[in-house]
Amino acid sequence: MMSSAADFRQSVDGDRRAVRFSGNLTLACISDLPKRLDEVDGTRLLVDLSQVSRMDTVGAWLVHRLVRGREAEIVGAKEHFQVLLEQVSQADQPVKVRPDRTPPLYRVMGQIGDATSIAGRTLLGLLGFFGAVLVSMAALIRNPRRFRLNAVTQQFEVVGIHSLGIVGLMSFLVGIVIAQQGAVQLRQFGAEVFTVNLIGRMSVKELGVLMTAIMVAGRSGSAFAAQIGSMKLAEEVDAMRTIGLSPMEALIIPRVLATSLLMPLLGFYAALVSIVGGGIFSWLALDIPPVTFVQRIREVVPITDLYQALIKAPVFGLIIAMAGCFQGMQVEGNAEAVGLRTTAAVVQGIFLVIVLDAFFAVFFTSIGWV
Amino acid sequence: MADSIIEVRGLVNTFGEQTIHQGLDLDVRRGEILGVVGGSGTGKSVLMRSIIGLQQPQGGQVMVFGEPTLDRDEEEVKDIRRRWGILFQGAALFSTLTVAENIQVPLREYFPRIDQQLLDEIASYKIVMSGLPGEAAPKFPSELSGGMKKRAGIARALALDPELLFLDEPTAGLDPIGAAAFDQLIRDLRDALGLTVFLITHDLDTLYAICDRIAVLAEKKVIAVGTIPELLALDHPWIQEYFRGPRGRAAETTVANNVSA
Repeated sequence: MMSSAADFRQSVDGDRRAVRFSGNLTLACISDLPKRLDEVDGTRLLVDLSQVSRMDTVGAWLVHRLVRGREAEIVGAKEHFQVLLEQVSQADQPVKVRPDRTPPLYRVMGQIGDATSIAGRTLLGLLGFFGAVLVSMAALIRNPRRFRLNAVTQQFEVVGIHSLGIVGLMSFLVGIVIAQQGAVQLRQFGAEVFTVNLIGRMSVKELGVLMTAIMVAGRSGSAFAAQIGSMKLAEEVDAMRTIGLSPMEALIIPRVLATSLLMPLLGFYAALVSIVGGGIFSWLALDIPPVTFVQRIREVVPITDLYQALIKAPVFGLIIAMAGCFQGMQVEGNAEAVGLRTTAAVVQGIFLVIVLDAFFAVFFTSIGWV
Repeated sequence: MADSIIEVRGLVNTFGEQTIHQGLDLDVRRGEILGVVGGSGTGKSVLMRSIIGLQQPQGGQVMVFGEPTLDRDEEEVKDIRRRWGILFQGAALFSTLTVAENIQVPLREYFPRIDQQLLDEIASYKIVMSGLPGEAAPKFPSELSGGMKKRAGIARALALDPELLFLDEPTAGLDPIGAAAFDQLIRDLRDALGLTVFLITHDLDTLYAICDRIAVLAEKKVIAVGTIPELLALDHPWIQEYFRGPRGRAAETTVANNVSA
């Protein structure tokens, strides 16, 4: 491409100031021309374009900006240049380029208000959703033929069996970490042998179920939100309703049911694997033989710990599945909403699980299951 | 008439087992509006993506502005890219930027030394030229209707004063009034700015109203290029079906009526 830079010279032509352009009046060639043109003064101008070889709309705009509001005559413009000049002068209309800025204080206050009302509405919405799930469960019990066993077993596979590997690996590592960290601290009191108590009770009572819940929220809660959300975007959910299928029965109850039923199993499995991990670490690093380890575990872990875990697990599963399905059903508009709702499903699921876990801990302690 | 702005020779595109293009040739002449038509899956968008370098073909040669575009360094192609503008099917506006900022993105990228005031002025006149109201400038894409998004997309495509404009189904999803206004806009811009337009469309009204020539994609290549009367004179079943079908005849009658009125 030719690159002869745009330039201009000024001279006095009678009572007018003559501005003679040369070179390429194009975006690529203007360099500091706009600034220099701003310094041209005088109310009567003669603009000479006869030496200009090329011009684009930016060049035309600069010429237009120069002559705007002054008495000016443009000479030597080729036909094509005249068309461009005419186009940009027609396009010179007042345009507000920047959005209105709200003062920072108002903006922050507004954001806090919005966040609060969204949080409140989400909580109410989740409660309402819980109610709707209960109502349709009751309807299903009265009319068991509408129950979709296939959908539930399919979710069993996706939520449960497919997550055995990752839940197992995670729990195994958690068991090793409890054993290793516990041993380091307890060694200071010469109480290394109590590492076994720590492994057994932590795994069964708290971490087995809690870590599984977090993993299920990340794996399945997000998947529920994304699946149902994209079905909503593609109007599949609306299509179901018009055909007479209830999305509640076809989509949501199978997921909620499968997750609630599988969480105790997965939690129990996680606790066992975690104990195995801790046991292997104790054997290798602390010289506690497996037989002694199992013996000690049986002595120190009360059966109430297992009851606690098995009571908590289905509740956690219910909450995770509900948060996922609820957020999925809230998707509206575009694909971005699916991403946002999926994130919200995971965050809310994990948050509610931990809040409830704290309530459970206080409750079980107060009824004497310590 | 040898002044071709795009030359495609022997283009081959395959996806796995499926061959989309096999030895496809196409010329686009300077200053024309070329409509590209073809059934679903004949690779209209793939052809466009091959020309603009978003898709690496398995074989063939693509010349734009007389320079090859395939297998070149990113830096060399950058100078060619600056000379074309593209409107994607969904307008592809950057959703976190306002309309005005969207138009300024290519300007900032290629000419970082332009001062903000001139950038704002350029964005303003491009917005007006694209037929958007002035109030649209500070809005975000999510606040615009489909037709306004496409106009904003055109404004961004025109940001660098390109010589060549690629449009992928510009009137898809617009109501008939909006589509007709958009056709008019494309023709006005071509006349005013001396553009060459490569236009993929399904819209028979657009073909009749603004296209100088039409390229028909079928059987993995361009089977015919020409004006509508020239195409109608051909004895190809798909072309006859396309232009002689009920919709084709309706579009033809509309144009005939407009001309006589």
